Amino acid sequence: MYPPAFEYWSPKSLDEALSKLQELGHDGRVLAGGQSLIPMMKLRLAAPANLVDINNLTDLAYVRADNGHLAIGALARHADVVDNDHVKTISPTMASAAPWVADPLVRNRGTVAGSIAHCDPEGDWNSVMLAVGASVVATSTSGQRVIPIGDFVVDFFTNSLAEGEMVTEIQIPRPTGSAGGAYLKLERKIGDYATAAVATFLDLATDGTVSNAGIALTAVASKNLKVTEAEQMLIGQTPSPELFAEAAAVAAAACDPESDVRGPAEYKRAVINAYTKRGLAKALAQAQGGAS
Amino acid sequence: MKVTVTINGTAQSADIESRKLLVDFIRTELGMTGTHIGCDTTSCGACTVLLDGTPIKSCTMFAVSADGHEVQTVEGLKNGELHPLQVSFKENHGLQCGFCTPGMMLVGKALLEKNTSPTDDEVRWAISGNLCRCTGYTNIVKSIQAAGAAIEGN
Amino acid sequence: MTTTHDPITTFEVGGVGHSVLRKEDDRFVQGAGNYVDDIVLKGMLHMAILRSPVAHARILGIDASEAEAMEGVVAVVTGAMLEGYNLAWMPTLSGDTQAVLATDKVRYQGQEVAAVIATDPYIAKDALAGIFVDYEELEAITTPQQSLATETLIRDEKEGQTDNVAYTWEAGDAAITDAAFAAAHRVVSLESHYPRSHPSPLETCGCVSDVNPITGQVTIYLTSQAPHAHRTLFALVAGLPEEKIRIISPDIGGGFGNKVPIYPGYVVATAASLVLGKPVKWVESRSENIISTGFGRDYHMTGSLALDEDNRITGMRAAILSDQGAFFADAQPSKFKAGLFHICTGSYDFGAAHVTAKGAFTNKAPGGVAYRCSFRVTEASYLIERLADKAAHEIGMDPTEFRELNFIKKEQFPYHSPTGFVYDSGDYHGAMTLAKEMIDYDGWREKQRNQDPDGKLIGIGIASFTEVVGAGPSKDYDIVGLKMFDSAELRIHPTGKAILKLGVKSQGQGHETTFAQIVAEELGIPANDIKVIEGDTDNTPYGLGTYASRSTPVGGAATSMVARKLREKARKLAAHLLEASEDDLEWEVGKFSVKGSPESFVTIQDIAFAAYTNHPEGMEAGLEGVHYYDPPNMTYPFGTYIVVVEIDQDDGTWEVVDMVAVDDCGVRINPMIVEGQITGGLTEGFAKANMQWISFDDNGNCIGSNFMDYLVPTAWETPKFKLGETVTPSPHHPIGAKGVGESATVGSPAAYVNAVVDALWSRGVTNIDMPVLPHRVWGALNGVDAKP
Repeated sequence: MYPPAFEYWSPKSLDEALSKLQELGHDGRVLAGGQSLIPMMKLRLAAPANLVDINNLTDLAYVRADNGHLAIGALARHADVVDNDHVKTISPTMASAAPWVADPLVRNRGTVAGSIAHCDPEGDWNSVMLAVGASVVATSTSGQRVIPIGDFVVDFFTNSLAEGEMVTEIQIPRPTGSAGGAYLKLERKIGDYATAAVATFLDLATDGTVSNAGIALTAVASKNLKVTEAEQMLIGQTPSPELFAEAAAVAAAACDPESDVRGPAEYKRAVINAYTKRGLAKALAQAQGGAS
Repeated sequence: MKVTVTINGTAQSADIESRKLLVDFIRTELGMTGTHIGCDTTSCGACTVLLDGTPIKSCTMFAVSADGHEVQTVEGLKNGELHPLQVSFKENHGLQCGFCTPGMMLVGKALLEKNTSPTDDEVRWAISGNLCRCTGYTNIVKSIQAAGAAIEGN
Repeated sequence: MTTTHDPITTFEVGGVGHSVLRKEDDRFVQGAGNYVDDIVLKGMLHMAILRSPVAHARILGIDASEAEAMEGVVAVVTGAMLEGYNLAWMPTLSGDTQAVLATDKVRYQGQEVAAVIATDPYIAKDALAGIFVDYEELEAITTPQQSLATETLIRDEKEGQTDNVAYTWEAGDAAITDAAFAAAHRVVSLESHYPRSHPSPLETCGCVSDVNPITGQVTIYLTSQAPHAHRTLFALVAGLPEEKIRIISPDIGGGFGNKVPIYPGYVVATAASLVLGKPVKWVESRSENIISTGFGRDYHMTGSLALDEDNRITGMRAAILSDQGAFFADAQPSKFKAGLFHICTGSYDFGAAHVTAKGAFTNKAPGGVAYRCSFRVTEASYLIERLADKAAHEIGMDPTEFRELNFIKKEQFPYHSPTGFVYDSGDYHGAMTLAKEMIDYDGWREKQRNQDPDGKLIGIGIASFTEVVGAGPSKDYDIVGLKMFDSAELRIHPTGKAILKLGVKSQGQGHETTFAQIVAEELGIPANDIKVIEGDTDNTPYGLGTYASRSTPVGGAATSMVARKLREKARKLAAHLLEASEDDLEWEVGKFSVKGSPESFVTIQDIAFAAYTNHPEGMEAGLEGVHYYDPPNMTYPFGTYIVVVEIDQDDGTWEVVDMVAVDDCGVRINPMIVEGQITGGLTEGFAKANMQWISFDDNGNCIGSNFMDYLVPTAWETPKFKLGETVTPSPHHPIGAKGVGESATVGSPAAYVNAVVDALWSRGVTNIDMPVLPHRVWGALNGVDAKP
């Protein structure tokens, strides 16, 4: 219950933070909400030598609708995207997931970007981001790059940030047509990680066919899993329960869950199958302007 | 490191290790023991305080990060007379062993500031980051709703 | 209601039957409770414990030199050092011995191996990484079945121990029961594991031990449900003079049985304080609490009912294999090795039962505490209520009708059960009738008949439990030799205010209010004028403490009795004051008056004043007394719970959509507090049925060792309850009360499980063990063996 000692840095500006991260290199770690990092430190599963606390960089605490996308700053808390009008308008998948991330108090402190950078395969946000085709803005003293989420999530607790880089923004593209989305999570109780979860996203063309689709899975592989094959099956098609069932079967086959106290692998596959179908149906209903 | 945190309206300074958790700062540096510790994994909410008015788990924040911020603990609820939440928890038997109670009341306070007449489910959702092992929650929900009604009535 | 109990006192007096607001709440709502971790003493040091990472290993060596050299570290304590004080081992509550710090072997993951004493808790924790233990790993025995089959001995240090059997025990009559089964028309059987669970009060266990090096006075602030018993045990374990030991159990943040045993940490902290001459604080982390302190349950049960052709139960067999962990440390009366499991004949009237029990050592934490239950009554109630439901389903009879057919009838009380209990009172049909009416049982059955077979499946579960609480009569009940009486001391001050001191100890049950109400009932002194003191062994009479729903049945009875003693003295004082004969006086709440002249009276307050200012010649001054109450029998609370669930066939999740709990705990002293106990208990019952358990992998690693993985429900998952009551007073308790703290935890698990199985019965599912996890439900529906 007591974390190990570390050097603490509290930069007052982004430039100062980036310089410090550059200077510390591998020994530096960003402290944002700390809702994953601090518990790991308390259990002595993590012992960073230096923490660069970005909580004073309040300029990064934004959720806004930019021209082409929804922009979420590095210091936006999970709670900031719950019941947020920009989020609801631009990313129904994200709006659906937001209330189910951690618990209400953790949401008040933990950040969306920090959770994405954490790359916990049981974490919710990366499935959402994979389904909606988000990008991560990584910034360092030498500039900025925009990393597609699929390239950002490398593996189990591993992202593609370089030394000295930090996530400064998450960008979620605006749907081109009428869109809907859902995040269906099986958790054992509030505050739990997912046993299995499915993020779905559908963008409909004016003729009612699917112009873009997203399906990504939580906690059933070594990282959050985008099911491209299932997405491709939907694109260009007229949605139907049969089509969704086929996509769901593909998603269930694509995942690679472990058997554990949360259930055997085949159970988790069955849940993925059922939730993919349900999630797509919800996304469709929403895209068609019906009940979400 | 020297930190200054405004606790219940009073600026408190101390020279502390950077790793000192906010909850330990409050409990051991300041000797305010109404904020409790019930787990190691950010699960129970016994340590809930209001950070600039928002409920957070003080076991999962370093005290140094609270430098320059305002923290409210259970000791700050009473303002001359008991806060309506303190009255309603008493009147509705919203507590048994009292260990979770400070956290529950502070979450309730933040909720009622947004909505004085939350439904049963809205209260349950709001307190779902706080565990109680005694009450079965029924009377905690009632207490928060009753406090809302009392605040509304005033 | 069977009987109503209308209050005889006014609300202002606040005797029995009034929902008096709790006197303890003012401090709690202001954050001014005083829990063990809140205590800070001058010069206090902090202790952290190094625990075994493996389940079973021989200790080849311990090197603590690196830790000892760290700045801020005052001492490192090992088992070898404790051996020098004869403190490396200590007795358990079941007559076994348990390691304080391991010397020869570690026997479970999380076992205490060494302790660091430092100036700061952060430093103490850091220093654990500077202790190196050389382990030679041994076969980890993780199930009782494996334990009985293997040749590896867990307790090889025990002289004469040639197997891993902790105990064997039986109750009832084998021959009569065999005859009943031989004659049976039908036999219904069930195999079930009631899994290991942990009470996990929100406050973990801890202590501040303060040994004064000059006077030798030992003061221990302790998370203790039984401070007096703990004082005696400390005297026996440490060889300390008992008059110099003072246990102070301050505010306790929930107990549920977890704070009944003495834990190694308490002993080490006290020994360290003794050696170092400074106070030492030790407070567990949650993980330490879950992996090492008293667990509950872990009973592998096989039960059968014999039925005749009229569907009446004629006999019961039950066989238990209990998983004891590495030491036999059940907190239970010494005569009963499987606690009061033999109450397993439950609410039903039949004459033949036979119970056998065997305990096996395993490489798991010891415990076997009565987790919100009266010594294994929970397991017993679960078995019979699952069996009753299974029998009804096999017969094709409505489970409420099957129960009503077999219930002990109201007029059969006192009822002699086939395993030796004498049930004091009951009206099982009354509770069932009310529960069915409150939940609209027939309406739910109708909905179930008409449900969409592809949609959510409705299940209706019933449990009609009988508990046995209030241990207990001293002829049968003792813990480590200490008879299970309890005590109350009452002093009435000259101004008519009073102080009541008890041997029991609240952990949130509201004793400061409830017990004041008993005095108010007996003497008419307003409850708010009575201060209740518990938990300080220097300042309260000896008692066995609070667990197993015994405070009201025993401590409450002691309170009534001491108040009645004082009332008799008050009568003499009143006679003196009124210049009347004692026989001519009438008592009504709060005053004595002269028969026939009601205007001629003295109040209890007048009498109290006279006791110190104007007592008659030849009478001792003062108005105070003490009573040690030895109950003539146990009390038998009961009730019927009905649960309706809906099951999602796709993911196996289930939700409680309606629930009624009808409880009969005899006379309710404070109805508000009683209902609070019931909703709390229903929630813990739900927790065990739905999510809360501790499991282990094949290497003995504990899975579920913190609140991320040991799942306790939040307000969101917790069902919404409707409560009903009937009142059947206990005939032998002075005010007819029975105890209620555990009824709902005891009774409700079977109701939840019965509901799920009821929903799935038509799909061929006859049992799912707790916790009824979604994947188990899904597995049962899809014919997949979904363990664990």
